[in-house]
Amino acid sequence: MWLFNSSVGRKFVMGITGAALALFLLFHATMNIVVIVSPSGYNAICAFLGANWYAIVGTLGLAALALIHIIYAFVLTIMNYRARGSVRYAVTDRQEQVEWSSKNMLVLGFIILAGLCLHLYNFWFKMQFAEITGIETGAFDPHNGAAYVQELFANPVYCVVYLVWLLGLWFHLSHGIWSSMHSIGWSNNKWLVRIKWIGKILATLIVLMFASVVVYYFVYNICGGADVVETGKAVSLLF
Amino acid sequence: MDKTINITLKVWRQAGPKAPGKFETYKLDNVSTDASFLEMLDILNEQLIKEHKEPIAFDHDCREGICGMCSLYINGHPHGPDSAITTCQLHMRKFKDGETITVEPWRSNAFPVIKDLMVDRRAYDKIIQAGGFVSVNTGGVPDANAIPIPKAKADEAMDDASCIGCGACAAACKNGSAMLFVAAKVSQLALLPQGKVEAAKRAKAMVAKMDELGFGNCTNTGACAAECPKSVPLSAIARLNREFICAKFQD
Repeated sequence: MWLFNSSVGRKFVMGITGAALALFLLFHATMNIVVIVSPSGYNAICAFLGANWYAIVGTLGLAALALIHIIYAFVLTIMNYRARGSVRYAVTDRQEQVEWSSKNMLVLGFIILAGLCLHLYNFWFKMQFAEITGIETGAFDPHNGAAYVQELFANPVYCVVYLVWLLGLWFHLSHGIWSSMHSIGWSNNKWLVRIKWIGKILATLIVLMFASVVVYYFVYNICGGADVVETGKAVSLLF
Repeated sequence: MDKTINITLKVWRQAGPKAPGKFETYKLDNVSTDASFLEMLDILNEQLIKEHKEPIAFDHDCREGICGMCSLYINGHPHGPDSAITTCQLHMRKFKDGETITVEPWRSNAFPVIKDLMVDRRAYDKIIQAGGFVSVNTGGVPDANAIPIPKAKADEAMDDASCIGCGACAAACKNGSAMLFVAAKVSQLALLPQGKVEAAKRAKAMVAKMDELGFGNCTNTGACAAECPKSVPLSAIARLNREFICAKFQD
């Protein structure tokens, strides 16, 4: 099968899975913004997704995409390391046109993966997982996402960890988005400049949306903000 | 009188493909800044011969930047620190007095070292043999204007056709990928009506050969296009991807 056997096929898979994951991030970040505007509205989204069949199918799809992307990343890195030969260059220099992130995608991927594990524990485990299994893993109702957000970002350590994680994500996306389009073949002399800009703008937009929630709730808590949602359960009853 | 500089050279010496190699340091005084890099190596070799030492083996041929024979990884750059030129077009005026210059052979699994700074680049020839051509029936030469080709297309094809197959792309790539070379060869023909007929077959055959020969996978870092002595654009790779993916989906 050319998707495993050929170098172009492998980068095609890497590009498609990466682009799909980036689209998911855009969707995720757009939902997160709601928690600033309307915490109860955010909880409504949490309830709407929750443990409904479409959310579970979506989650499984995402897990598959992430897994394929990670497995290919490791296979490609090992293959490429071998292709370089056993003797390395004694002196290497950087080229102006080459982005730092493009040469460090695996390292950035590790940062994202580590952050993802923490993130899944912080939210997914206490929300969707708790709802599916019926085990009470968190302090609040599984649909009360806003309360979990408020609780976590009251802690400055978590805020810093999440922001560093998001910075890593920005670097990964700033190369990844345009690179995925290039790998699919959607590029030429004119569009190469444009897709690089599209990538940077999308990466910045996604990361800013995520980061704004962290910063907003950190400041909100410092200012002694009251609980954002008194009755998470009341909202979830609607669905 | 010419301006001259004194330099220290760290050169990779390796007796044969299987022999272990190491760096040797040589001092060279009063090198004219008007000398080309290869002339400087010639001077060094004359000095070595006088001292009854083995001269340094390096590839070169036309010495005017069109044959693609010269190589050399100089101070961390294929074809040296200058852009859009081959090693034979590099001059000593690009270096400072007292500078230490490190000269290494191309490093890639598919380009084994033959001796010192010479590497075996037959892998590129094998890729060309796999499909980098147009099959034509011999006969009368058709009129050059019989097949109209838009100027923009012709220019783009020419940019890709400027590839001299020197191997700098694979040497510069952190993944040891020959993607820019294969892309240039596939692209130059895919853009023209004469090459379109066999475009799908060509893309598949050349990519398969590249993978078979042990080149790495492209990750779009762009180091290849940045170091290419002929400035083959990175967009050639996108066209190769497009040609290859479309060909596979048609199967």
